[in-house]
Amino acid sequence: MMKERILAAYDPFVLPFVFGMTFVLAYCLIALVKVLVQLPHADRRKFALSLITPTTIYKNIRDILCDALLHVKLWKRNKVLGYMHSSIAFGWFMIIVIGHIETILYIPERLHKLYYPIFFRYFMEVQNETLQGSFFFFLMDFFLLVILSGITIAIIKRFRSRIVGMRRTTKLTLTDRIGLYSLWAIFPLRWIAEGFTAGVAGGSFMTVPIHWILHNFMSNPENITVAWWAYSLALGTFMTVLPFTRYMHIPSEILLIPMRNAGLPVRHTRKGFSLAMLYSCPSCGVCIDACPMGVRKKNVKDATVYYVRNVKRRNARRSLEIAEKCLMCGKCASLCQVQMDACGLRLAYRASHERRANKLPADFGYLAAVEPLPAVGDQKVLYYAGCMSSLTPVVPRSVDRVLKAAGVDYERMDPDGSICCGRPLMLSGRVEEAARLIEKNKQLIEGSGAKILLVSCAICYRIFKEKYGLQGVQVMHYTEYFNRLIAEGRLRVQNGHQTLVYHDPCDLGRGCGIYDAPREALGAVGQLVPALKERQESICCGGSVGSLTLRYEDREPITRAALDNLTANNPEQIVTACPLCLKTFSRYAPVPVRDFAEVLAEHLEITVQ
Amino acid sequence: MIDFGYGLTPSATLKIENVQNPKFAALHEREPDVVKCIACGSCTASCSAGVFTEMSLRRVILSLQRGREKETLPMLQHCMLCGKCQLVCPRGINTRHLILSIGKVYGLNEEEAL
Repeated sequence: MMKERILAAYDPFVLPFVFGMTFVLAYCLIALVKVLVQLPHADRRKFALSLITPTTIYKNIRDILCDALLHVKLWKRNKVLGYMHSSIAFGWFMIIVIGHIETILYIPERLHKLYYPIFFRYFMEVQNETLQGSFFFFLMDFFLLVILSGITIAIIKRFRSRIVGMRRTTKLTLTDRIGLYSLWAIFPLRWIAEGFTAGVAGGSFMTVPIHWILHNFMSNPENITVAWWAYSLALGTFMTVLPFTRYMHIPSEILLIPMRNAGLPVRHTRKGFSLAMLYSCPSCGVCIDACPMGVRKKNVKDATVYYVRNVKRRNARRSLEIAEKCLMCGKCASLCQVQMDACGLRLAYRASHERRANKLPADFGYLAAVEPLPAVGDQKVLYYAGCMSSLTPVVPRSVDRVLKAAGVDYERMDPDGSICCGRPLMLSGRVEEAARLIEKNKQLIEGSGAKILLVSCAICYRIFKEKYGLQGVQVMHYTEYFNRLIAEGRLRVQNGHQTLVYHDPCDLGRGCGIYDAPREALGAVGQLVPALKERQESICCGGSVGSLTLRYEDREPITRAALDNLTANNPEQIVTACPLCLKTFSRYAPVPVRDFAEVLAEHLEITVQ
Repeated sequence: MIDFGYGLTPSATLKIENVQNPKFAALHEREPDVVKCIACGSCTASCSAGVFTEMSLRRVILSLQRGREKETLPMLQHCMLCGKCQLVCPRGINTRHLILSIGKVYGLNEEEAL
């Protein structure tokens, strides 16, 4: 049993903590209101509805638990970093929870005091030991040990990041440093402070031994308040600087997760949902190693973490520079711990800049004169080769051969030049203009009556899937379609036993989640060897239309790095499923680069009739 | 030097500074590569919009250099920014960004443009 030791239930040392905590709570409340007010009406409604939908409630709780507290995603990627983050986050959370449970159990009338559960050991003393009390003491010390081990790894990481598997870490700002050092200080100071009171207020395997070891020092009552002051000051400093540091991601993420699960889109450079997203960036720096531009040291500072920092600081020049330079490969976003929509945020920036600065409106009046397609009917497949195919004629030619071999009845949509799919325009920030191309293409496709639209360009495929919303038309990438033809036995291929490596185009893999269909089909015509990094972590070819400002000299090292990654296991050929990757790789590749359809067309089973 | 009277009279002197147009200078500042163009016409040959209109990036660049933007700016409005010209350019000019920059420096309206 425990009883109150300090009857006033107050000591001046709690003030720094109370100030910091009140400040951070007030700041977060105002920020929450700001974000909600900035949301467009429809989005706010959608968000509110999602908060009362049972499936989203479940998803929110699961995501907050798994992502924010346990860092499951980080565990999967890097066990040491996963342990480090989850030990601090979950350990701290548990210490707060157990502190509150103790207060509720032993002295519920003090629960309304903000500081009481935090400084519980200072105000209480043990009357007689019980199993329940010892159990809580043990838990408290156990989680303190967990946090301290995490802090130790954090300190090692700061000075030798390679030990924990990170090549580069984020360069911290001054406030970030203050936050970091005060965070490091909190738990060792708590350990010492609780060591003082371990004699009267009880303790377990962490606090009691330190009380014994530093007995002479800790039995001097003059030192007690100093230790508790130091602990409270560290907490107070951390809380006070928190809104201006990367640690703002801790409260922001709790808002971001439900907003993301509600399916809100990024609409603005830094308002509403985007603001919540910007503040959720923990500056962990995973995006720095992920960025393909990082092969050149001068581009390291163009990673998403620095973009977020510049937008938050309203540094317009750097924000625009980074926004326009990005390849939009989406690798940082797919590895991001808070699932930052890195491309979406940059696109919003480009769009707002284009709307403001570009004085030459597009004129697509000539599209009206483009004649409708001849009726294709629902039995035939409509094949859209995309405008890039005129530079890689091998792609449509091979697709033709494969389709004929499989006996598929089809019609080319664009044998004499196509209207662009609109994705390059959209990527350059001209969203309204892109919408006009989309509208025209949509009209052509839907008017033809085709049921299947076959696409051989990953870039086109992505926008067809994401923005067209074609009614009654199934959009299929040729990797999916040909793989299905092989599986159904309509397309018969021979295995040439060549070693092939498959490159995941950004828009097809990370963009549309198609990883297996091309691999299955290629497995039927050759022997697939893995690349060093593939699927979600595949490296952009460097030719992306996503980047507006990257020059040839800067693209070349990216292409070479991607090629090194692909040829690590000495394949005889590199196979890709995007005409732009094909063209980019062909320039520097040490082994032949082939298109997916080209490889299939070469391995068609010849039937004697 | 003795002036024999056969020199250029001021009225007959061509001053290049007066001919250079400030807008092209502004464009050149944004896009230094614009002067790299050798007018080979690869961009025009590969142009997606060129299938449907008389769009020619080669002509646009030439006319801008000569300060006769009005003749070709409407042409540039047809651009779909697909980026094939960038892929075929033998001089490695970032044509997509160049086209976007032209839109920012020139624009349709004289008053708005500067």
